[in-house]
Parts: sequence; structure tokens; C-alpha cells
Amino acid sequence: MEWLNAILQGVLLGGLYALFAAGLSLMFGVMRFVNLAHGDFIVAAAFAALLLVDLTGMPPLATLAVIVPAMALAGYIGQRVMLNRLTGGDLLPSILVTFGLSVILQNLLLEGFSADSRRLSAGWLDTAAVQIGGGLSVGAVPLLLFLTAIGVLGLLSWVFGRTGTGRLLRATSDDPEIVGLMGADKKHLYGIAMAMAAAVVGLAGVLLAIKTNFDPASGPIRLLFAFEAVIIGGLGSLWGTLAGGILLGVAQGVGAQIDPGLQILAGHLVFLAILILKPQGLLPRQRS
Amino acid sequence: MSALLEISGLDAFYGDFQALFGIDFHVGEGECVALVGANGAGKTTFLRCLTGLLLVPGQDMTFDGHPIAGLPPHMIARAGIAMSPEGRRLFPSLSVEENLLLGANVGRAGDWTLRSVKALFPVLEEKAGTPSTLLSGGQQQMVAIGRALMANPRLLLLDEVSLGLAPVIVRSIFAALPLIRAGGTSVILVEQDISQAVAMSDRLYCLQEGHVSLTGPSTELNRERISAAYFGRMTEDA
Repeated sequence: MEWLNAILQGVLLGGLYALFAAGLSLMFGVMRFVNLAHGDFIVAAAFAALLLVDLTGMPPLATLAVIVPAMALAGYIGQRVMLNRLTGGDLLPSILVTFGLSVILQNLLLEGFSADSRRLSAGWLDTAAVQIGGGLSVGAVPLLLFLTAIGVLGLLSWVFGRTGTGRLLRATSDDPEIVGLMGADKKHLYGIAMAMAAAVVGLAGVLLAIKTNFDPASGPIRLLFAFEAVIIGGLGSLWGTLAGGILLGVAQGVGAQIDPGLQILAGHLVFLAILILKPQGLLPRQRS
Repeated sequence: MSALLEISGLDAFYGDFQALFGIDFHVGEGECVALVGANGAGKTTFLRCLTGLLLVPGQDMTFDGHPIAGLPPHMIARAGIAMSPEGRRLFPSLSVEENLLLGANVGRAGDWTLRSVKALFPVLEEKAGTPSTLLSGGQQQMVAIGRALMANPRLLLLDEVSLGLAPVIVRSIFAALPLIRAGGTSVILVEQDISQAVAMSDRLYCLQEGHVSLTGPSTELNRERISAAYFGRMTEDA
């Protein structure tokens, strides 16, 4: 039963990792853009939610209504003003610039909020649990996170699969040059892709703040988990991202059950095993 | 015929390498102009300049009276130039129908719709949901042309339509050209196959090493003169 519980908690944790990874996967999938500051943006969104709650006293989950649109807008503007200069060609410029952004962001957060570990309390929700029979119960927050992750991935696959904008974004991923011949402004499309990714980052940040402790230096480890989830799942595949997140979460949960010190290591070992056995990931994007 | 596209003295570069030298070129309203030349003569480069894929700011290039040199591809597409690119360049993760629909993203109204394109190339109707990568070369070429038509262009650029296709397939694709022109669309036909180019066009330009080596009405140019202009050396002797 303990093992079953460990697996179950791991699955739910996978939802959070999938949320971390979705934004990263989207940026890479559409723009071939590697964002090393991804984890720091998530943590920055978490601090923004904290600040908003401190200033206005609004309920933590309500900050989503502010943070998500604000992040989307910032994502669009940031892409148009700065990131478009490094998108679409070589990978290296995006890696270098976002590495720099990561350092800047961590230090700004350190200046503004100190190195203290923080958490956003969602009141009764923090301790609420749902009995699912057989003596197993799941926390309301992890469950909420998991369902949100499925909702977000479902929404993204609907946008990509069924809407005109999604069609343009897939085409941009295939062949950014020819998309211009379709009357579409590539810079605007990249802006939209970044806005979508940033909205998911905002969502992940607020939920991270409610789920667990965070501090200005906790971005890189989130980035690492996000990367592992993306690679395990298969580059550019949205549902693969969820599968990757879940596998990573379960590996960590089972590792922690064996020995608490093994939690993170077990995740990395599974990641390495996947890289060796199935380097294209669990659900690689179909390309012929 | 009034000139729809007017280009004079066009130079184009890839870095330090000059690919086109002072090209003078025009296409009239409703005209079909063939552009022939050997590999590397600059045909595809010329089309890249026309569509904005290769930016040539400040050069003398007008479309329907408006300067288009230096405009990005999406602005030129909206102005009414569409291309079926060399190698088809379909979007592999999109179905046939989705590829066609993207062409309509240009947002120009006109007679070409999903329905009329499928009427032109009936095989696209039955393959509508198929991933574009699973089609034969000829079918892919039909999608590429259909996608360009969906933009309802005033000028359609066809780059190496016949490349790698069986003659019978090429004939069936070229059979669509009179129907396309019937709507008043002007066409620039880039071909390596001279006889095909002469047969389909009103006028012909031959490019050689980035220069226009021959031009004139297709009916007045005999095969020998075109061959000479195509391969170069002989014109220098003449």
C-alpha cells in the first residue's frame, strides 16, 4: 500500500512537472528556442503572486486572473522586442542570452525578496484531501495541479490541432521560411507562441507557490525537471510531456520510498535510462 | 498589356557572392512568362527576391505600381504574389487540406477556394485528410500549386514544377495551367525543360550565370538560340 501510495503521489507530482515542461516544450517546438531561464521565470511568477497577495490580500488562486494575462502580455512584448532577434536560426544565441537572463532574474529576486524560502498559503485547501478508497488519499492541491496540467495540455492540443492559429504555429515549426509566403508575419507568430508559453509559466508559478516552498535560487532545479520531462516524453510532443512528467514524478516518488535521499537521484537515473534506451522519447513527434 | 510586375537592374547577393546581375524583367497582366536556365543560373534566386525570401531593399522592383523591394514575404504575399516553391516545401505535420487552408491565410478574396482547387485537382479531394508527406511527388506538387492558388494571387510563381516527376504526371499538372490563367492570373514559370517552357508561355527569359542571356516571345525563339543562351559559350562565339 505504501508503494501504491508512492506511485500515486508520483503521478500527481508529474502533473506539476508537465506544467513546468509544457511552456518549455512549446517554445522549443514552435521556435527551436531553448530557454534556460524557464525555471527562473516560473519562480518569478511565484514571487509575483506572493507580492500580489501581500499587497491586496486577494485569495492566492485569484492571482491567476492577474498573473496569467500579465505573463502572456510580457511574453509577447519580450519576444517582439528582444527574443525575435535570436529566434529561428542557431540554438546557441538563445542559450547564451537566456543563461544571462537566468542569472539576472535570480539576483533581482534575491535583492527584492531576500534568500528566505517562501510559500503561498491557500488556507483550508492546503490540508484538504480526497479519499479515493483502499485507504489511499490524495491532497487537494496535488490533485488540482494534476487536473490543471491535463486541462492546459488539452487546451494547447486543441489550439494546435483545431484552430487557424494552431495550424500556423505547426507550419512555422515545420518551415518558418515558407510560412511567410502564406501571408503570416513570423515575428507576430513567434510572439503568440511565446505569449502562450508565458501564460503557462505564470500558471505553473502560482501553483508552485501554493504547492511547495520556493526561493530565488530554486529556478534551475525546476528547469532541470522540466527538461527531463520534455526529453523523456519526446521533444515537441505535448502529451509526451505529460507522460515524461509522470514518469519522472513516479521515479522520484518510488526513489523516496526506498530512501528519502534517493528521491532526486532516482528521477535522474530514469531520465538517463530513457536517453540510452529510447533517445527519441516516449511519444516522439511523427515526422517522415 | 499593362505591366503588372516591373523590375529593372536587379542585383542580388548571398553575402559577398553576387547571384544576379542587373536583371530587367517584366510581366504583363494575364501573361505567362517562362524563365529557363541551367542549374545555378539564378532562377530560384530571382524568385526568392520577388517573394521577399531574399531581401533586396532599395532596388527597382514594382508590383501593380507599388514598390515591393525590401518588403517582408508576408507583405508581398498579401499584395498578390504567391509561389509554389522549388521542392514543393509542404508542411509535413499538416494534412493536405490544412496545407491548402494555410494558403488562404493570405486573406485575399477571389475565385479560388477549397472547393475550386479540389475541382482543379480532384485527387486532393480524396486525399484531404492524408498527411502531406504520404502523397506521391505529383500529388505533392498539386498541393503546392493549390496552396498558392488559395491566396488568389495576381501573379503565380511556379518553380520547377516538373522536377523529378514522370512526363505523364507533368502533362496532367500543366493541363491545369490554362484553367489557372483563364481567371486572369499572370504566371512566371521556372523550368529546366525548354520545350515545356516554350509550349506553355507567351514570352521567355533565359538566365545564364546571373544575367539575362536571351529574351523574346516564345513563338519567335527557336530551339537553337535558346540552347545557346542556356549553355552560354556558343553565344560568345556568335
